[in-house]
Amino acid sequence: MRVGVFICHCGNNIAGTVDVQKVAEEMRKIPGVAYSTTYVYTCSEPGQNEIIEAIKKYKLDRVVVAACSPRMHELTFRKAVEKASLNRYFLEMANIREHISWVGDDKELNTQKAIDVVRMAVAKVMNNKPLFSSSFKLTKRVLVIGGGVAGMQAALDCADGGLDVVLVEKSPSIGGMMARLDKTFPTIDCSICILGPKMVDVAQNERIKLYAYSEIEDVKGYIGNYEVTIRKKATYVDWNKCTGCGLCMEKCPSKNAYDYFNFGIAPTRAINIPFPQAIPKKAKIDPNYCRYFLKGKCGVCAKICPTKAIDYDMKDELVKEDVGAIIVATGYSLMGVENFPEYGGGKYKDVITGIQYERILNASGPTGGHIKRPSDGKEPETVVFISCCGSRDKSVGIPYCSNFCCMYIAKQAILTKDHLPKSQSYVFYMDIRAPGKGYDEFTRRAQEEYGVRYIRGRVSKIYPRGEKLIVRGADTLLGIQVEVEADLVVLANAVISNPDAAKLAEKLRISYDTFGFYVESHPKLRPVETNTSGVFLAGACQGPKDIPASVSQGSAAASKVLALFSKDVLESDPQVSYVNPNVCVGCMKCVKTCPFGAIKEEELRDGRKVAKVIETVCAGCGICTSTCPCGAIQLQHFTDNQILAEVYAFASGK
Amino acid sequence: MKVINITKEFDSKFIEQVAKESGENPYLCYQCGNCTAGCPFTEFFDYPVSQIMRLLQQGQKETILRSKAIWLCATCETCTTRCPCQIDVAQIMDTLRVIARRENYVSEKEIKLFFDTFLESLKKHGRVFELGILLAYNLKSGKIFTDVDLGPKVLLKGKIHLLPTKIKGQEKVESIFRKLAERVSGNE
Repeated sequence: MRVGVFICHCGNNIAGTVDVQKVAEEMRKIPGVAYSTTYVYTCSEPGQNEIIEAIKKYKLDRVVVAACSPRMHELTFRKAVEKASLNRYFLEMANIREHISWVGDDKELNTQKAIDVVRMAVAKVMNNKPLFSSSFKLTKRVLVIGGGVAGMQAALDCADGGLDVVLVEKSPSIGGMMARLDKTFPTIDCSICILGPKMVDVAQNERIKLYAYSEIEDVKGYIGNYEVTIRKKATYVDWNKCTGCGLCMEKCPSKNAYDYFNFGIAPTRAINIPFPQAIPKKAKIDPNYCRYFLKGKCGVCAKICPTKAIDYDMKDELVKEDVGAIIVATGYSLMGVENFPEYGGGKYKDVITGIQYERILNASGPTGGHIKRPSDGKEPETVVFISCCGSRDKSVGIPYCSNFCCMYIAKQAILTKDHLPKSQSYVFYMDIRAPGKGYDEFTRRAQEEYGVRYIRGRVSKIYPRGEKLIVRGADTLLGIQVEVEADLVVLANAVISNPDAAKLAEKLRISYDTFGFYVESHPKLRPVETNTSGVFLAGACQGPKDIPASVSQGSAAASKVLALFSKDVLESDPQVSYVNPNVCVGCMKCVKTCPFGAIKEEELRDGRKVAKVIETVCAGCGICTSTCPCGAIQLQHFTDNQILAEVYAFASGK
Repeated sequence: MKVINITKEFDSKFIEQVAKESGENPYLCYQCGNCTAGCPFTEFFDYPVSQIMRLLQQGQKETILRSKAIWLCATCETCTTRCPCQIDVAQIMDTLRVIARRENYVSEKEIKLFFDTFLESLKKHGRVFELGILLAYNLKSGKIFTDVDLGPKVLLKGKIHLLPTKIKGQEKVESIFRKLAERVSGNE
């Protein structure tokens, strides 16, 4: 066996705190190491060429590169050894940068640790076996979860690229948060006017199969071959018959149902169509408020419906779809007012949230676009906006900025002046964050042209006095306390992840952060990929995002799927588990512990039952190998022998 | 207004001292102003509490210790309750008072006197003897007749008593004071 060892300086990153020459010298003493050298940037082209030349010149059959994390350059070096006609799994990387040079500054200790780590890699590479990947076919259909603006953009771009799309939306209509907005910043263009055509495109696109009012029940499979179970929730209205005429909604006697679309700013009917531009424009019964469900009699909608679409006995339905990739665009939620007891915690009707005010401003909202305060329907003269309600507030567990509140506050203040020229708006802010194109100019316009009075400071409490709400805050620039007698207070409440974000992440096997936002594969270079290949992210499910950013991510995720599907076959990773049928006793413990359902029972010709790994499903996690009582199941490239060789090399110091 | 040379007139030791004695990190403050917004005494302060925090971050020892604000603070803890950064602002104000007293910076002599009289009464009787405090404070501050007109009313209503009432374990309260005094002198 002839091992070649290549120690990288990584400029000063490694050589600064590790004596690389000494490491190289020590490696030469190991029997079987035929060549050992250092290079300033091994990942550079001349660095790779040196490996290739050395393999030929010294007839090397194994290679160890001691450099950065294998997450950075393992593929680079695998390709390099392949060029020199070695199997790519005859390469082993020792991470002496992230694990050594970057974390310690004692050169002597670092060098000793590096010697140990590289020696372990040499021991492992000597035990490595050549591995070959097999190829498998893929289903060129994509699942998009979430029909907000990000999901719609992703679905439309995929469909434009010739893919069949399955779009699953949790609520009765697509459109998401953007469909609820009145105008959009910084152009003040009507939100539904620009979103509506996209929604219609989704509905009319023959390649897009829309499941509204549906949720993801289960996801099985792997990149290229997912089997997704979708739960079509019972709407109690046969959508094949419903024409969206709205007669049922008019006649429904249950008038106090919670309006999810309007965030509860006004009640709706128990049977309702969420908004005029809804897609699909179909009615749905809310059984929590419907008299038929609560008291067992009523049936007004069933009597009035001209197409006899009402079906009180409807049940949830499960459907299965095969797809090859998944785009997650599930959006965000908003923190409830109950979290702000100093602002009444929901006690005062005229303290509302930004999205509720958006519905009041909107012509399709409960007030028909006339600004009326919820308590008595009067037009407010003084409106106070409070930014960062919950955001940047560690005491409620949210240290992050909610990204777009500064902008929508400026927009809503401008719109307030447009609707009610006699009104005066105040904005309590900590910082104005407006880094987008045309954004800062927009917040300046609110102050310069619309006379919105910005006060730098927070509000400590709100309490009622007669019909007014007294807003007590600080003007920190003056260093004084200020008071505003307000008619209406709008809270910019924090953006939070969806309550069921973690549950979905577990189904998709993707990671999420402390706050429930999904984690991208790399914060800069892989912003829409996840660490689970085949699953992509778009929009605010990854973190608070405004419309342009969400749309960009929708398109970006679509382009990733189109690139993935441009191949006809995918190569499987051979670093998976393998069962030795001669050793397996057929206890099937591995079948139970495998989190991916990748192991099945197989009957051999002699009738013996043994476990068998489905290569394409196995994710190489290794749980089965530690479960197996007789060592029959081994994770390729990480076998017991290979790992023990490393341990021995470390423990013996040889 | 005076120009402050913030490279030279920056007392980092003072910041460390306040941080250590209060157990709070002044650098967590991002100047949102919620403490000032809720402070019930800010109208009497020479520096609102958010500016005391800022002066602290800028290491302005003299200005802080000479301020009236740290003495007028009633430790109602509204600032602490509202602070989004979870700083115990009232604790910092308390610490600043302790340091000011130790280093002879007391700008509100009467408030210090009241504290002293109150604690003296507590030490002596194990609980507060209101009439004793009133008399001692009025005598020492030289404002002998302040609030004297209220005397008969509160006496009649039984709000204050002519003689101090003793409590059980008064010597234990005394030992608390003794231990504290030992610890303070040990620190210095």
